[in-house]
Amino acid sequence: MAEHETTGEDVREAHLVTGAATTVEAADVVADGLPPDLDEAVGDGSLAAAVTGEPAAGPPRARRRDLMPSWSPKLVVGLVITGLIVLFAIVVPFFTLDPNSTDYDGLLKPGEQGHLLGTSAIGNDIWAQLAHGARGSLLIGVTVGVIALLLSVVFGIFAGYLGGWTDETLSLITNIMLVIPALPLTIVLAAYSSSRSMWLVAGVLGLTAWTGSAIVLRTQARSLRMRDYVLAARVAGEKSRRIIAVEILPNLLPLVAAQFLFGVIFAILGEAGLSYLGLGPTDAVTWGTMLYQAQQGSALTLGAWWWFVPPGLLIALLGCGLSLVNFAIDEIINPKLRNVPQATRRVRKAREREERAAATTEEAGA
Amino acid sequence: MKYDGRRVAFYAITLWAAVSLNFLIPRMLPGDPAQILLGKLARNGDVTPAVEKNVELILGGSDEPLWNQYWAYLDNIVHGDLGISVSKYPEPVWDLIKDALPWTLCLVGAATIIAFAIGIVGGAWIGWKRGSAWDHVIPFTALLQSVPYFWLAILLVYFLGMKLGLAPISWGWDVQTYDHPEWTWASVVDVFQHAVLPALTIVLSAVGGWLVGMRNMMVSTLAEDYIVTAEAKGLRPRRVLWVYAVRNAALPSFAGFAVALAFVVSGSLVMEQVFSYPGIGKLMITAVSNADYALMQGVFLLTTVAVLVVNFLMDLIYGYIDPRTRHHG
Repeated sequence: MAEHETTGEDVREAHLVTGAATTVEAADVVADGLPPDLDEAVGDGSLAAAVTGEPAAGPPRARRRDLMPSWSPKLVVGLVITGLIVLFAIVVPFFTLDPNSTDYDGLLKPGEQGHLLGTSAIGNDIWAQLAHGARGSLLIGVTVGVIALLLSVVFGIFAGYLGGWTDETLSLITNIMLVIPALPLTIVLAAYSSSRSMWLVAGVLGLTAWTGSAIVLRTQARSLRMRDYVLAARVAGEKSRRIIAVEILPNLLPLVAAQFLFGVIFAILGEAGLSYLGLGPTDAVTWGTMLYQAQQGSALTLGAWWWFVPPGLLIALLGCGLSLVNFAIDEIINPKLRNVPQATRRVRKAREREERAAATTEEAGA
Repeated sequence: MKYDGRRVAFYAITLWAAVSLNFLIPRMLPGDPAQILLGKLARNGDVTPAVEKNVELILGGSDEPLWNQYWAYLDNIVHGDLGISVSKYPEPVWDLIKDALPWTLCLVGAATIIAFAIGIVGGAWIGWKRGSAWDHVIPFTALLQSVPYFWLAILLVYFLGMKLGLAPISWGWDVQTYDHPEWTWASVVDVFQHAVLPALTIVLSAVGGWLVGMRNMMVSTLAEDYIVTAEAKGLRPRRVLWVYAVRNAALPSFAGFAVALAFVVSGSLVMEQVFSYPGIGKLMITAVSNADYALMQGVFLLTTVAVLVVNFLMDLIYGYIDPRTRHHG
């Protein structure tokens, strides 16, 4: 019944859920191992631990190798972009000016005299705001990601595995939350509180961020529920909680990781939108509050591009990096995405080689 | 039949939940929105007991037991009474919504359809040419998708609107020439010109998702046995592409499209703020910045009901596009 109610913003989720009849089910692939990838070198394991987490039950080495993402260019670029921005958020704020300090000599100037990226209309240093904003935005993003992850595991995996009335109730709540539009709900919730801490904003966003993931996870958990090894664990008298933690969750890890990253992207974009409307955190600098101040200080009409371009650009870059990592995870979950284009490429190369060989023999003959 | 019964029950429960949420939020959260609103109203002039009663019905604050308030509130909603706006006193909330709704529906609806069409055709093409240089387009769509769409709107306003002067950058029509859009050729053209940048924003930020989704489904579909069979039969590639592959690969995208249509009303609130476009988003933001809680609650209720109604219609239609969904209930 939940098959075509996934969120519109993300078609990838829609295809994971609705495509069950036409595509390989993600759980099949994850649980049963991937065909070995001969063309690309497989990573050394440190990466897999970071992205997929360590499988809890300690599967044999071959299985662990299969779970690893291969070093596709998408993954490398995605990880590098994300890593650089995280590093920027951690390190740079120690070396900048106070983001709220004002410099009355340099109001609304492009980068010069000790201000790397220039100043805002009230003399804030943009570079300092950008660095501290990175911290704020990332903190909100990760907090929302964690909240959404926990909620989607409860409402998705528990519902899918336990079935029956628990499932009916939990999925009803999920589906109701899914159709209530997220942004208006967060706007309404945020509008009633006059001072908003960063954590309040994160909480409000977290309440609306989990539904899509819950539906994806529920479908997968439902298909894993009837697998032989899960049935065996149940017959052996394992408790449901343990089966979910040890048998189900590890097999869904790539999917869960992808959903977490979606949560982070959703949160950073959501925070930016909320802040742009003046409903962001009042106690912290984020990329969203920077854009809000730029709008309030009419940066657009004054042509102060150095004020409104950098925060949006960083949001876009971070989102892009995380999406690229997600694309790579997608190719693990659904190997057709990786193997089919490779196979076609190989066939085309072989054909070209044949033609070339034919041409050279013709030349030789002539 | 059982399937349809379940769906109807689900929509009924969700509608009830949304209305109840709308009732509870102003009453449960800290602060006293009803008092704030009445204070504002008093500044605008005399508050008649009827208005006071109306505000209390929507936002709470009266001494009546919650249960009685709830019934009175439901009664009001059923009669289409969403209260009175403060920022545009004394316009009823429902009238304001009625004026703003067509702007959002036409602009965002049209842009959503355009983005979907481009995404499906483009995605089908890239999927068909899988393994070629076209595959490298995919990572760039990630960038387009992750751009905050209101920031994209700001960039378009700055570069296309202000620097190059290609299109008007604010409002839904030329407010200096016309009081209201008219049914004259010049005025209609003017309205279209004002919609160019907002629509471009939506298309640019939405097309990437459709493109990737469709391309991925194409790649999966093209690996199916029936495609190999079709090729082995010697069918023309064009026929295999459009009749065998695209029709099947597009199904999930149509499901996504239904959802996207459902979120048309609520989908681009922030974008409307950038362009001061006179739609639902602008209305919501005006309500928030003026603490016009009745208007805010009204718009919130409308966005939810819009999602429900469109979802319901799409559910019925989708059952015919893809009969499998009716049996998988």
